[in-house]
Amino acid sequence: MSSTSNPPTHHTSTIGAIGAPSRRNTELALLVFAVAIPVFAYANVGLAIDGSVPSGLLSYGLGLGLLAGVAHLVVRKFAPYADPLLLPLATLLNGLGLVCIWRLDQSKLLQSLPNFFTAAPRQLLYTALGIALFAVVLVFLKDHRVLQRYTYISMFTALVLLVLPLVPGLGANIYGAKIWINIPGLGSLQPGEFAKIALAVFFAGYLMVKRDALALASRRFMGLYLPRGRDLGPILVVWVISILILVFETDLGTSLLFFGMFVIMLYVATERTSWIVFGLLMSAAGAVGVGSIEPHVHQRVEAWLNPLNEWKLSRQGIGGHSEQSMEALWAFGSGGTLGSGWGQGHSDLIKFAANSDFILATFGEELGLAGIMAILLIYALIVERGVRTALAARDPFGKLLAVGLSGAFALQVFVVSGGVMGLIPLTGMTMPFMAYGGSSVLANWALIGILIRISDTARRPAPAPVSNPDAEMTQVVRP
Amino acid sequence: MSELTLTVMRLGFLAVLWLFVIVAVQVIRSDLFGTRVTQRGARREAARPQQTGRQAAQPPQQRGQQGGGGRQRRNAPTKLVVTEGTLTGTTVALQGQTITLGRAHDSTIVLDDDYASSRHARIYPDQGGQWIVEDLGSTNGTYLDRSRLTTPTPIPLGAPIRIGKTVIELRK
Repeated sequence: MSSTSNPPTHHTSTIGAIGAPSRRNTELALLVFAVAIPVFAYANVGLAIDGSVPSGLLSYGLGLGLLAGVAHLVVRKFAPYADPLLLPLATLLNGLGLVCIWRLDQSKLLQSLPNFFTAAPRQLLYTALGIALFAVVLVFLKDHRVLQRYTYISMFTALVLLVLPLVPGLGANIYGAKIWINIPGLGSLQPGEFAKIALAVFFAGYLMVKRDALALASRRFMGLYLPRGRDLGPILVVWVISILILVFETDLGTSLLFFGMFVIMLYVATERTSWIVFGLLMSAAGAVGVGSIEPHVHQRVEAWLNPLNEWKLSRQGIGGHSEQSMEALWAFGSGGTLGSGWGQGHSDLIKFAANSDFILATFGEELGLAGIMAILLIYALIVERGVRTALAARDPFGKLLAVGLSGAFALQVFVVSGGVMGLIPLTGMTMPFMAYGGSSVLANWALIGILIRISDTARRPAPAPVSNPDAEMTQVVRP
Repeated sequence: MSELTLTVMRLGFLAVLWLFVIVAVQVIRSDLFGTRVTQRGARREAARPQQTGRQAAQPPQQRGQQGGGGRQRRNAPTKLVVTEGTLTGTTVALQGQTITLGRAHDSTIVLDDDYASSRHARIYPDQGGQWIVEDLGSTNGTYLDRSRLTTPTPIPLGAPIRIGKTVIELRK
């Protein structure tokens, strides 16, 4: 064929919006898969420890399956167009967490400790409460834009929740970090987990109104848009509050989460890279400053830089030091690439908080690098679906709220896993969904509920326009 | 429990966990809905061997014009002109793209004409570069010269195409 006789390349494309499928059956299939994996793990733990399939397998599987089924039916009824992945991913993480907690309950070493209690049934109860809260969010929050009305009430709520642990008599200083409150008769609660949601609502409502002033009024200097001095007000206020949290509650995690979420949302709202630069500089300055002054934070930093020394000091019986950081690293190391297998690791040697703050170490030892990577990917997928929801959302408030919630989730996963793996100093926060703890499970199920609500609104097919000029009748020529 | 069983279960669990991640990613892939773009006619051309660098660098329309093929190639129209109706005098350059006509806002030429349908007709080049007019099931029909179109028809240079009160033609 002669090249000259080639016709002009033309591409006739038809672009048409297709009806958005609800994807509920996809969700159900994935959910069955997500329940089957923890059941497999449960049987595996029993076989490895006792040599027999655990007697509670049926009730455990049915319990988790029932909870997942209820959640699915609620989504099917009240949020039919929601994202099909969020619920199965969260269910899988929660189920794996339950198995891991149950596996640590079986440890003879932990059972011999004086303050031992079987945590798995309680965690299953918390999961049920979490799913109930998830259902309540979906049933009663018909439209996420309602939250916009509570912008400043949310701010107030968040501040109260953050300050509560400092109130004498109510707050509890548990091993250095003051992020707990004691409710008589009910146990202890970590209000910071709930503050995270309230803060996301406040930041979303606030930035939606103020973002133009923050984005447009700026001078360009060295490739960066420098905001005006008076526009720096909000970020300075949030920074000061996060520093105060660090100083008074001595918890790096909450402080980082609080400030990081604001910077992420500020960046998304204004599209100005300069806010990220400012945010990183300010948080670095704050962390270094407080780390060198506040003794508890300073000690955490020391333990991070030199975990082996910390371990030795603790072994010598010097108070205020902990062996866990180093032991978690050993657990990861002994796991290697493919892990020791469920129930065959020795992560119970991390005696205290093995099933809450350090639960990731058990996963690292028994599932190895391959398992940890898969788990982190599952967390990443939740965050990705959150950000995808933000992209699809049609209203700016929903966009910012979805980004804020998924950003907070991502930051929490980073802060906790980074702390356990020795990338950053250890904090008192817990791995969402996996770690033992009622507040964390409840708050994160509520968070997923709000994300599902936003994604349902975002993916719902747009209502037909009221009057379409194109749809007017064409007059017929009558000869 | 035998060592072998436990090893199989250990590796099996990791495989199942990763399978879940892969399935989830596949769901995301199939979930990228919104607008669906269907390519027509492009596939056959993509299969043809690429032209020489000099030729390929040129815009498609010029290539079509200087291609030393038959009569049509030499007399290929370069623009579409509206000769009657409210849009009289409007010209649209023909660069290998499909031109849609109708009252719909997304048409290439939006007709403000009660006798035109929302999606009335389209004009597009076929594989040989010949321009074709096709009626899209309009109420009042599309006329080439005096005959009402029933099938996609090649457009001779300068022939009037009537849509409602509007008349267009292709010119060099």
